Amino acid sequence: MKKICLYFEIHQIVHLKRYRFFDIGRDHYYYDDYENERSINDIAERSYVPALQTLIQMCREHPEFRVAFSLSGVGLEQLEFHAPQVIDLLHEINATGQVEFLCEPYSHGLASLANEESFTAEVKRMSDRIKELFGKRPKVFRNSSLIYNDEIGAQVAGMGFKGLITEGAKQILGWKSPHYIYHCATDPRLKLLLRDISLSEDITERFTSHPIMADQWIDWVASTPEGEDFINIFGELVTFGIFHPIQSGILEFLKAIPVLAKQRGIGFALPSELCEEKSVGAIEVPYNISWVDEERDTSCWLGNVMQREAFHKLYSVADRVRVCGDRRLQMDWDSLQASNNFRFMTTKPGYQYRGIYDSPYDAFTNYMNILGDFISRVNNLYGGADNEEIDGLITMIKNQGDELAAKDKEIERLRKKLEKYNPTELEDKKPAKKAAAPKKAAPKKAAAPKKEAKAEPAPKVEEKKAPAKKAAPKKK
Amino acid sequence: MKVLMFGWEFPPKIYGGLAVASYGITKGMVEGQPDAQITFCLPKPCGEEEKFLRIIGMNQVPIVYRGHDYDYVKSRIPDYMTPEEYYNFRDHIYADFSYMNVNDMGCMEFAGGYPGNLHDEINNFSIIAGVVARSEQFDIIHAHDWLTYPAGVHAKMVSGKPLCIHVHATDFDRSRGKVNPTVYSIEKNGMDHADCIMCVSELTRQTVIREYHQDPRKCFAMHNAVYPLPQEYLDIPRVDHGKEKVVTFLGRITMQKGPEYFIEAADLVCKRSKNIRFCFAGSGDKYWEMVDLAAAKGIADRVHFPGFQRGKQVYECYKASDVFVMPSVSEPFGIAPLEAMQCGTPSIISKQSGCGEILDKVIKVDYWDINAMADAIYSLCTNEGLHTYLRDEGLKEVAEITWVKVGHRIRKLYDECIYNGGFIH
Repeated sequence: MKKICLYFEIHQIVHLKRYRFFDIGRDHYYYDDYENERSINDIAERSYVPALQTLIQMCREHPEFRVAFSLSGVGLEQLEFHAPQVIDLLHEINATGQVEFLCEPYSHGLASLANEESFTAEVKRMSDRIKELFGKRPKVFRNSSLIYNDEIGAQVAGMGFKGLITEGAKQILGWKSPHYIYHCATDPRLKLLLRDISLSEDITERFTSHPIMADQWIDWVASTPEGEDFINIFGELVTFGIFHPIQSGILEFLKAIPVLAKQRGIGFALPSELCEEKSVGAIEVPYNISWVDEERDTSCWLGNVMQREAFHKLYSVADRVRVCGDRRLQMDWDSLQASNNFRFMTTKPGYQYRGIYDSPYDAFTNYMNILGDFISRVNNLYGGADNEEIDGLITMIKNQGDELAAKDKEIERLRKKLEKYNPTELEDKKPAKKAAAPKKAAPKKAAAPKKEAKAEPAPKVEEKKAPAKKAAPKKK
Repeated sequence: MKVLMFGWEFPPKIYGGLAVASYGITKGMVEGQPDAQITFCLPKPCGEEEKFLRIIGMNQVPIVYRGHDYDYVKSRIPDYMTPEEYYNFRDHIYADFSYMNVNDMGCMEFAGGYPGNLHDEINNFSIIAGVVARSEQFDIIHAHDWLTYPAGVHAKMVSGKPLCIHVHATDFDRSRGKVNPTVYSIEKNGMDHADCIMCVSELTRQTVIREYHQDPRKCFAMHNAVYPLPQEYLDIPRVDHGKEKVVTFLGRITMQKGPEYFIEAADLVCKRSKNIRFCFAGSGDKYWEMVDLAAAKGIADRVHFPGFQRGKQVYECYKASDVFVMPSVSEPFGIAPLEAMQCGTPSIISKQSGCGEILDKVIKVDYWDINAMADAIYSLCTNEGLHTYLRDEGLKEVAEITWVKVGHRIRKLYDECIYNGGFIH
């Protein structure tokens, strides 16, 4: 049976305000409150609310209907602040049990291309947030704008995700069809769901320019060759109402899909359900892909030297921001990372929407001014210590964290071994742990003094905690 | 295709942008179209003009009959002209101008350039144009800028050939709306008689339509271009000022060019940064006012006034700059940013400049928005990425803007004028 997998992204950036270079060092507030409130309300009213209401109705009328969403952290904050009615609707649709929430980086940024730890931290944060809001930990991941390469695949698999959705880009698929389940070339545990570009964009891109009827579209789905069972239709939720106005009839189109699908024996599936299916092979992605532009790569964010300069400058402080613990700085960090900020600087022909900016140079200048202020705040936090010193310390902290994680694993392994040897002591776990702990503590103490004396107190605390509670070092 | 052109300036004698544009247009046409023959009428040629077109010195065209013999004429006229041509002109004198102040050859003297009695010279130029138009064979008339419009109109009246006029600037640009009525009437009369009006930018075209009430169907935007730099200029090394950056204004220091906005922006930048210097090259009626303004703002130590730059100095100045700024209040075209880009200097131009219509790799700000201008200057001086991008892409962009392409577009309009009888049917 053929199955349609529907997924929609919900993301809006925090708009930056006009920030002149004379504001650097004087004004640490970077946002255009009016524009944020206006745009999010406008989008909620014209798109999110009617689209979600329609989807809720569809879930109720068709128990076999399935749909997945992902939220970016910055978008979520905006919605919570300015348009909480959208969150309510998301809860309502979540209650039907026919939906799934995917995980994505909190900031909708490009950290996956720049800094592994920041990326991991962001994903964890978002995953926790989704769990807290909707009660379920996401199992499937989607990167900002479906950016993907083999390394990202390995990282995501390492974080425990079962699947990842990305673009069915021509340059990676070649003759292959996106209608199968594939797996990541570097880590076979991670399944890949690839977007069907043509069928997705019939709705997301071309609906008003080349209008189609729902039965025609479903016929296209039904006419895919035998055995190509999984049709992945991914898009942004603003497709309904913003890209294509409601009066274009796009919601009626959406509503008709489950009815017509039933007639043709086509079902629906959630991404996590598809990840249970067997993979037909690995997909190698040595270069970055994404779902943007005809090139399906990262050229719209990192295509010119300005964008690359901004990108490198931003992520040059990634480690410092991550370990600093200053809440306000980290919030600014989230909104500055959003990939849209880089997109405004693109010089590719044909790109129109630039927010408040009238040219890529204007967007770049404004962003760099803000970044200048932000970086000086970050550096002030470290009391003007020079880069090498700080980087050295950060590397040390990271190494020790890794070491602790490795030791944790070792403890776990030894504990299991111990349990095997002494099955009688199974109920009496505590003595077993205590027995394991001193064994591990000894070599670690020997290792710690070799590093710098400054960092010694921290690992000591961890040592005590580690055997008792497994998760403790990770929280740090 | 024979074209009779009237112009006021031509290189090597350069008074302003008109000479460069006249040269580019004619050279582009001759290079791109082998069948184009251009006769260019100048008030007072210096004799060292390039020979790809035929030059007629209006100060050598007789308007009063003088019965000199062949040898005398030959000894008196410059070598770009033959005595036969002199006699040909003499045969076409159409009225008695002996009351006018003519020399022993029956010709009128021109001071050249823009003297005090400019209106007399314009009038004389048009009288002589009558003789030229009667003597020469041509298919179309092309008049550059308002000084030559009366001549163009006169030639059209005499010959019945279509008239194209080329609007390099209007008095609205020069005077910020307070037009000189005499100049306006000359401009308006020329435009009214023209079969085709070529404007150097859409901005100018709109002015022509709105302020001179011309039919939009016969107005066309004909953007200027630049010639690739000669090797001599390419070889000028770029100057590295180390930690310091140099921001340059280069042009006539007059109201139209918006020099005060440059000083205001410089003031804002100087307040924040200690390593940016400003170069204010050029001369003009507001020169001393600007020196005073810089001093009053307390930034005279960072703003430098090297004065008028000539020939190669202009390019040395571009090459020694990190940023070029043209804050013109109203600029029909403005070729300077293109030249700066050819030298690898990124430009900031006002949105009120016509060249902005064909340039993409420049920063455009409103001339009055000194905050945006200061921001752009600061950004170009501090962010390597933006500077590199605009430098490299700017060079590529400006290399695509050639006079030969302009020549082809002009030719198309000529053909339309000649074979289809103009644009308004």
